[in-house]
Amino acid sequence: MSLLQVTDLRVNYGQIEALKGVSLHVKIGEIVAILGANGAGKTTLMRTLSGLLTPRSGTIMFEGTDITRLGADKIVRHGIAQSPEGRRVFGTLTVMENLRLGAFTRPANEIQESLDFVLDMFPRLRDRRSQLAGTMSGGEQQMLAIGRALMAKPRLLLLDEPSLGLAPIIFQGIFRTLREIADSGVTILIVEQNARSVLKLADRGYVLEVGRFVLEDTAKALLTSPEVQAAYLGGAEKKPH
Amino acid sequence: MGTFIQQMFNGLTVGGIYALIALGYTMVYGVMRLINFAHGDLCILGAFVGLTFITSFGGGGHLGAAMVIFAFVAAVLVVAAAGVLLELAAYRPLRKADRLAAVVSALGASMLIENGIMLVWSPQVSVFPSGLLPTTTYHIAGASISFVQVMIIAVSFVLMAALYLFVNHTRFGTAIRAAAIDQDAARLMGINVNRVIASVFVIGPALGAVGGLFVGIYYREVYFTMGWTYGLYAFIAAILGGIGNIPGAMIGGILLGLFNAFAAGYLSSSWQDAITFALLIGILLVRPTGILGERVAEKV
Repeated sequence: MSLLQVTDLRVNYGQIEALKGVSLHVKIGEIVAILGANGAGKTTLMRTLSGLLTPRSGTIMFEGTDITRLGADKIVRHGIAQSPEGRRVFGTLTVMENLRLGAFTRPANEIQESLDFVLDMFPRLRDRRSQLAGTMSGGEQQMLAIGRALMAKPRLLLLDEPSLGLAPIIFQGIFRTLREIADSGVTILIVEQNARSVLKLADRGYVLEVGRFVLEDTAKALLTSPEVQAAYLGGAEKKPH
Repeated sequence: MGTFIQQMFNGLTVGGIYALIALGYTMVYGVMRLINFAHGDLCILGAFVGLTFITSFGGGGHLGAAMVIFAFVAAVLVVAAAGVLLELAAYRPLRKADRLAAVVSALGASMLIENGIMLVWSPQVSVFPSGLLPTTTYHIAGASISFVQVMIIAVSFVLMAALYLFVNHTRFGTAIRAAAIDQDAARLMGINVNRVIASVFVIGPALGAVGGLFVGIYYREVYFTMGWTYGLYAFIAAILGGIGNIPGAMIGGILLGLFNAFAAGYLSSSWQDAITFALLIGILLVRPTGILGERVAEKV
């Protein structure tokens, strides 16, 4: 069954039509990747799914409920959380305050359980719990952004470019944790420019080009597809370090 | 020694009032990046509402103190409601408009409230009745400190402490701070940012109403343009502390009050404003973002 079903989504960003009729679905337990260059509309799609942007037309169904026109604060309550592009942690708040804000929609007696879960996934955050988020490294801030989204105990986790600005060794560690998160039962929709790493992680993928999906396939097939190879993998596969 | 203690208490009294009013500027700025120019007028509206309450129901005498408490409650309720209305009518429709449009709207709202007060109440100075509160004076080392001063200092410090605890140690308080840092990220947490904005338009004017009524009770008179005067002082206090920073507004208000009092007490009361502002300019030259202010990043 589809957890998320997006049909013919059109979204304007200012005067520009950033998404020109996008359809996709995500099944329970999947990791689905969306690849695309800068300006393809990846972030617009994520912001629309979270309710920060309102589509001009099309529908977004989540667990059979129409959430197309719900505000962002309502969508979190339906079970979709996002780690946004550029991380957007609350820099002058502590790590702990950031995590607790992630659980803003949750009853107080359930927060500790999620906190334990997140701190087990990202033990680094445990050491930094009383540090101001803005003083941490990029990798640690990314862990916090993902951990903060998990605090909402989402059934669908949206990740917008978690590798952005991070050294390969750092984001490879984060990608390993994403695998663990998925194995714990969270469905993941992830937008990435780092095509190789994300396709190794994902089950399926879509390729977005100027507001339209041009390819959709299993991650394995996309990894070997000539179009993807040429456009996103920089030709022949490089040796990972 | 007597002069020092005297001026310290005078300064803390006025500083407490400035701080209460400054908090409204700083909280609204923090969440919306908007200077609510109508805030000072809202605060003085509180003084007029309180005065009306006292003169229409108050018999003075032993009922005075209870009447004053009710007057505060009435002022807080009316002004908080006016604050919410102001946000809905003057600012919410302009949320996505050019920033300058909201500033013009704020100035318009200020004039509207100021002239509204003049029409409803009086274009003349209105006097607070005497004998409302105990006239006890405390003598400490040659200084005379009135009951009203002690009350203003105590109440303003208690309110500031309560606000500090609320903002830093409650779930909704943390949500306010989060929305002040990044509204979209706050929405992604499930925070209803409209509700946060409405809340700062309740809390700020409510504290300001207490400050405004203190002005009336302390000087025993109010005048419809006083919102502009006290608003300006409190706004400067907010800038001095670092606009957008809540403890900054408290510190800025108290410091401004103390500067004012010591300048008047030790130098010259006719030069007190000039001396105060010279000091302020000095501080802002060294710390342009205010005492506790950080670099305010432009919102993208």
